[in-house]
Amino acid sequence: MGKIVTRYGDGTPVELSESELMEDLRAGTEDAADRGNIPPLTDDELKHLLDIFKLPQKFVSVEPGNEVIMSYDAGTLKIRRVGVNVDRIQALQIYEKIMGADTMELCHVDYSFKPLKPIVTMEQPIMEQALMSTHVPLFYGAMPNLGLYSQPDGPFPNPSELLPSGKINEARESLEKTVEDAVKDIVFVGGAMYESGADGINLDTVGAAGDADFLASLIAAEKLRGKYPKMCIEMSMAGEFILGMHGRLEYKGVRLAGLYAHDQVKLAEKAGVTIFGPVVNTNTTESSPWNLARAITFMKACGETATIPIHPNMGMGVGAVTVNDHPPVDIVSRSSKAMVELVRLDGL
Amino acid sequence: MGDPFAMAITHAHASGMGGMRAAGDLVARVQMTLGMKIEDAKKYVADKLKVAISELTDPVIINEIRQDMQLGVMTPTPGCAKGMEAKFRIAEALDIEINCVNRFKQRASF
Repeated sequence: MGKIVTRYGDGTPVELSESELMEDLRAGTEDAADRGNIPPLTDDELKHLLDIFKLPQKFVSVEPGNEVIMSYDAGTLKIRRVGVNVDRIQALQIYEKIMGADTMELCHVDYSFKPLKPIVTMEQPIMEQALMSTHVPLFYGAMPNLGLYSQPDGPFPNPSELLPSGKINEARESLEKTVEDAVKDIVFVGGAMYESGADGINLDTVGAAGDADFLASLIAAEKLRGKYPKMCIEMSMAGEFILGMHGRLEYKGVRLAGLYAHDQVKLAEKAGVTIFGPVVNTNTTESSPWNLARAITFMKACGETATIPIHPNMGMGVGAVTVNDHPPVDIVSRSSKAMVELVRLDGL
Repeated sequence: MGDPFAMAITHAHASGMGGMRAAGDLVARVQMTLGMKIEDAKKYVADKLKVAISELTDPVIINEIRQDMQLGVMTPTPGCAKGMEAKFRIAEALDIEINCVNRFKQRASF
């Protein structure tokens, strides 16, 4: 039996025997099952993953009829980031007409709600003009990014400085205040862009600053849903696990710290979110089979409990996609196919 | 992060619906507007376009329908509905509300 060429989580190529690859698949799913207290993948599902890794083609895909919707975070940033000098409306048109995008997202280079608040009137006309000349649904996206609300970037004492000096209560108080301000900014910007015609608002990289970040996003989603009952709200997570920077924050009686995707989605539903974007981080020192089996185990549990559409994140560094600015097509396409075929999902 | 060739293009080919090259944007609109899971959203659009679900990602079949129904096409020819014009048609064809279409009507009506 020849070796199967695959990669590590950082993209480095590696050759594994069939038994070594299966061993990694099993270890990946068991890791997720243990951490998330969820069922591991079945033998048939692991065999399916093995078959996908054994395919000799560089690029693989789902079978016709099994395709799903694509949504994109930081949409227009991706074109500018690689140094292609087009404006944002042109970037939207490139995605729509050249890259086969099902949806697209307009965003600003300073991709957080806080800095967008004072310039939202400059963002609204761009959205309004973009909507005149494009066809696919357009989101407006940004991050809650609660880190921007503490000193030196914001008004409140920095929890990361308070915690090491033992000022636990002061740190918690500061985080609670950041939630209040962040909610106001998200609702203000999200409402303004929706009133300019956006098809949806994407709260992206939710939870990046921990449980307070997640709480602000849930409350903001609830307020936006109350104000705009027909608005599409997408909530895309930052990582697989809610960090307990505060530790005691709750939403509707559920403590946020420590929640994995299958529990996060239930709170997103309660907040009125339309589409949930769960995340599983890629481990750079483990193989792609290990990462993919682990990611699918978490996403399968999330998909089985979700009553709203879910779009698992499959960008660089998440969803078993390698942590590298230029993720190899062999791993991205295998991850894409496997995720769609084994998880009850509605898009990526 | 990740360059567009590796991320957006690879995913679109591996498992995407093709956007407005086929009916991907239409299924997305239904999912976003009505909160439908993917299978329900596909069936909804397929019924409205009077095609099979498996045909929703066929660019040849769907492009003809998009031309006939003025839903916007990848290669805009003279006289075909484009941009906002096409979105008026999409809202009507799918029997859904489109936020910017409603806004346009409010702004443009006397």
